[in-house]
Amino acid sequence: MSKYRGNPDAIRALVRDNEVHKDTYIDAELFELEMAHLFANTWVYVGHASQVPNKGDYYTTTVGTEDVVMVRHSDDSVRVLYNRCPHKGVMVAGGVCGNTGKFFRCPYHAWTFKTDGSPLSIPLKKGYENTGFESCEASQGMAAVPNVKVYRDFVFCRLNPGGPSFEAFFGESLSTIDNMVDRSPEGRLEVAGGVLRYMHNCNWKMLVDNQTDTCHPMVAHESSAGTAVRVWNEAPEGTPKPMAVELFAPFMSPYEFFENMGIRVWENGHGHTGVSDSIHAAYSPVPGYWDQMVAAYGEARAKQILGDTRHNTVYFPNIMVKGPIQTLRLFKPVAVDKTLVESWTFRLVGAPDMLLERTVMYNRLINAPTSVVGHDDLEMYERAQQGLHSRGRDWINVARLYDPAEKGQKNIVTNGTNEMQMREQMRTWARFMTEGM
Amino acid sequence: MTAITAKTLSDFVYAEARMLDEQRFEDWLTLFTDDAYYWMPLAHDQHDPRLHTSLLYEDMLLLKVRIERLAGQRTFSQQPKSRCHHLLQAPSIESSDPASGEHVVRTAFHYTEARLDRQTLFVGWTTHHLVEIDGALRIRLKRVDLLNCDAAFGNIQLFM
Repeated sequence: MSKYRGNPDAIRALVRDNEVHKDTYIDAELFELEMAHLFANTWVYVGHASQVPNKGDYYTTTVGTEDVVMVRHSDDSVRVLYNRCPHKGVMVAGGVCGNTGKFFRCPYHAWTFKTDGSPLSIPLKKGYENTGFESCEASQGMAAVPNVKVYRDFVFCRLNPGGPSFEAFFGESLSTIDNMVDRSPEGRLEVAGGVLRYMHNCNWKMLVDNQTDTCHPMVAHESSAGTAVRVWNEAPEGTPKPMAVELFAPFMSPYEFFENMGIRVWENGHGHTGVSDSIHAAYSPVPGYWDQMVAAYGEARAKQILGDTRHNTVYFPNIMVKGPIQTLRLFKPVAVDKTLVESWTFRLVGAPDMLLERTVMYNRLINAPTSVVGHDDLEMYERAQQGLHSRGRDWINVARLYDPAEKGQKNIVTNGTNEMQMREQMRTWARFMTEGM
Repeated sequence: MTAITAKTLSDFVYAEARMLDEQRFEDWLTLFTDDAYYWMPLAHDQHDPRLHTSLLYEDMLLLKVRIERLAGQRTFSQQPKSRCHHLLQAPSIESSDPASGEHVVRTAFHYTEARLDRQTLFVGWTTHHLVEIDGALRIRLKRVDLLNCDAAFGNIQLFM
């Protein structure tokens, strides 16, 4: 008997004002329902348009656990198709990326499809005459995802036909993407530097929660960032501060720093840490960059763009964006206790290479499977994934700085250690899980 | 000083791997030159460690941080500690220049890292760029190319 399928009341009961039931992280049925409802009802990140610059370019990925292919269609628009031949079910687009020309050709029986998914040709077509084929699903070609939105080259889709518009879903949170793109003197980003892929044996939401958890860095990362600071302090006086130390050291900032930097909670589970300050605020200037920005935007606007040093922006359900460091982390759900974390980096088109160098270094030091910071975090996620099975306690606490008046509010700025963002994520979770159920 | 022979180079590579297997990390660090790098590329045939991400591209400072961290009281991902094992093929001398004292040695390996009930096998090639300094061999660059460098990995906590 299923406990949660078709039982929206049971799902809503998992999310209280200030605590969340353990099943949301460990129950396999809830994971399946997340894939069927949450990841279908919300706008989910697919990829970046710079990954498919030319007609016929494609990139394969997943939306939730659905295999999809993002492709540049013949009219130059970006389309997202379910990567499944309507004939026998073969994944039509192979590998990670490539160019398919004017059409996809299934490698099994050579059925072909235009890059919007519509059927083009079938060998020995005569054999389907008078078979009722026209009324078969297969005659419709590859299924296209109905709702695709390209926002400043970031490609999102919503699998379900109905639901909130892209603009209504993201609201003011799009300002983080705007800020990251505006940091290019040409107002354009390109995926660059390779993608780090890190397998986590934990539920995907642990990664999402961690992005705005400002009470863990000085504790969990004492071993990595703390050691980096200590080793650096032993360097002879006058040694120039290496870029790596500049990236590591702010993790060891005290609680007060994180409290004061603030957190902004938008709506629908989106929010960001680092409102008035952040761990990315004090990086050394990159020679030549400021002048380029002033030339492109004027001094006042350039100052405004570079002065906005937001820390982590969560776009619910499953990405995090760092504007000042041009990174996007994608938390791909694989199973209830398995998550593939992809960390992508971007080149600010027209800006000095040194910015990409810093971005790439940050990604390597913090987000790689070989990262000491990553080791600190993953150890905690895996211990939690196991610990949550305990019968000794059933709830996860998210009560920090809870205020009953917060419910229904949006776009508010509060103490940087407030867990309101986590609470909003789970309220949003309950809403989109049960919508249409 | 005695001339560097193929055997000297092979012995160096074997001894280096043994230091790692025995977790003699402080000794291991002394094998490197001050300007050395330990590089584990992310892409097959990667040439650029600066504008393309790597799994590791660590100078002496970062290696030192990593080693000090392994022994830290609050390094919870190393409680209990990982263990590792290098199985090396006979190294091949790619180039050896007695005049400049520079040698390049390539070694195929199977590397296993284990912690708690998990054991993971990694396969690849190591390329040592060695220099003679004061009669001793030192590592200027250790490059580790994994067969599946672009795969999704779990934690890799020790050194290959």
